[in-house]
Amino acid sequence: MPNTAISVSDLSKKYDDRLAVSHINFEVPLGTVCGFVGPNGSGKTTTMRMLLGLITPTTGQGHILGEPIEHPEKYLSRVGAMIEGPAFYPALSGHENLMVLARLGGFPVERVQTLLEKVGLGERGKSKYKTYSLGMKQRLGIAAALLPDPKLLMLDEPTNGLDPEGIQEVRALLRDLANDGTTVFVSSHLLSELEIISDHIVMLRKGEIVFAGPIGELMTKQQPTIIAKSLNHSDLSKIAEIAEKSGHHAVIRNDSVHILAPMDWAPILNKAAFDAGITLAQLAPQLPNLEETFFEMTGDK
Amino acid sequence: MFNVVRAELRKLRRPTLFLGTMGAVVFFSGLFSALLYLLIDSPQGNADRGQVISREVLALASGGVQGFASVGGFLGIIALCVFAAQTAQEYTYGTLRNLLVRQPSRMKILAGKLISMMIFALAMIVLSAIISITTSVVLAPTVDVSTELWFSTEGIEYFYTTFINVVISVIGFGIIGMVLGLLLRSPISAISLGVLWLLIVENLLVAVKNSTQSWLPGSQLTIIASGGSADVTYSHALATGGAYVAVGALVASILFVRRDVAN
Repeated sequence: MPNTAISVSDLSKKYDDRLAVSHINFEVPLGTVCGFVGPNGSGKTTTMRMLLGLITPTTGQGHILGEPIEHPEKYLSRVGAMIEGPAFYPALSGHENLMVLARLGGFPVERVQTLLEKVGLGERGKSKYKTYSLGMKQRLGIAAALLPDPKLLMLDEPTNGLDPEGIQEVRALLRDLANDGTTVFVSSHLLSELEIISDHIVMLRKGEIVFAGPIGELMTKQQPTIIAKSLNHSDLSKIAEIAEKSGHHAVIRNDSVHILAPMDWAPILNKAAFDAGITLAQLAPQLPNLEETFFEMTGDK
Repeated sequence: MFNVVRAELRKLRRPTLFLGTMGAVVFFSGLFSALLYLLIDSPQGNADRGQVISREVLALASGGVQGFASVGGFLGIIALCVFAAQTAQEYTYGTLRNLLVRQPSRMKILAGKLISMMIFALAMIVLSAIISITTSVVLAPTVDVSTELWFSTEGIEYFYTTFINVVISVIGFGIIGMVLGLLLRSPISAISLGVLWLLIVENLLVAVKNSTQSWLPGSQLTIIASGGSADVTYSHALATGGAYVAVGALVASILFVRRDVAN
């Protein structure tokens, strides 16, 4: 029994002269929630499609639940997926759409109603898909992905179109699934959501891996920011000057100075400010969040 | 494979598609057969392209299925539209990726789709046969056409032969629709191209040069439904039409199996 749900080695996909995914390597351990992040066009969906056997890689290998991706028939019965948003037949009801997929995969049809209720569509299951709101379509997509009672769940932007309550429900659902042993591989633009639920992160930029590993490891790699506020607003520039003189980049934002420096430099700044006659109102070391880390690592801002 | 057929049948039996198609089959099968008798004395003819089918011909053992055979080409066009739409919609709705995640064997998906649509086409043909023959039996006595030979052993044999010919023809048209759907990946494009070619381009080509009907795919399939014509033998139409369908199906299957699903 492998201990990785997804394992990818030197995986690439080339369209004409453009490398959509370039020689990527990463692993997703079993039973974890792994966030898959990257700017639009960075190759996330292409990677997911390769892992599901929908497109053929140009180079490299991949294994899903221990089986090679060249043989999707060996693992797809244990994988649930929603790629590039929900896609269903508009003229069929939500219930009928799930029945089509349940019949196709040979799954118990009794699961259909159970899953509709699980995603909050129990009462709208008989309505035609074309009458659904974006959030309802998204919920139906998640229900479809859960049909096989998956060991691995791959979701591409599952919270698109959901209201805050819906986002919270999906977050709780994914966490519950992971607690029950399902590996969740999820891409999302809501990085704050991923930060809350993810154990692992795979970060892509222009088809290349920027980071792949435990989220804690990613955060500790990042330099913290020290946020300093003074009693007198006019002292902010003096604080910035002290920081710059010590070799730490500092910027004034609104009524505080943001200094890129290790946490143990905070007491040194405190003393230097006191010596310069500045009274500090706040001195707070702060680790960057996933969003800030993402922008820094992908160079998008 | 059985699972694919069951899943596909669920899509095909949705009321708008099933009842709409069967409604069209009932209407046109009744109309084609009724006109054969109601216009029997019309100088403009009572059959396709102004042909005249006389009382004597209709009273033969083959007369009972004359209307059913003549509606075969029309059933073919309906089959082409249904097969093309059911295949191409998987690309336009993006549902092909769902199907392939649940059934990774692309040949099983293709074969299951084809079998389910063939079942749908068979239901169309059976309904058309019932309506056409019933209409003929009801209207024949009103215009002094004898139905005595229709129910003879020879008449029953004609029925079976015509039924099989119509089935071959309609499924041939359907497979052409499926091939167009797979190649063009858009229901509108596949149906437009198929109908435009079969109803307009082929008719124009035959009108300009009659000998082309020996080689045009739609003509071959229509001739199969009629059991042969004055200009083209049944066996020639069967061989040529079969070759078109087989080559088209082969090319489309290879493309379907090898092509990336990127939408």
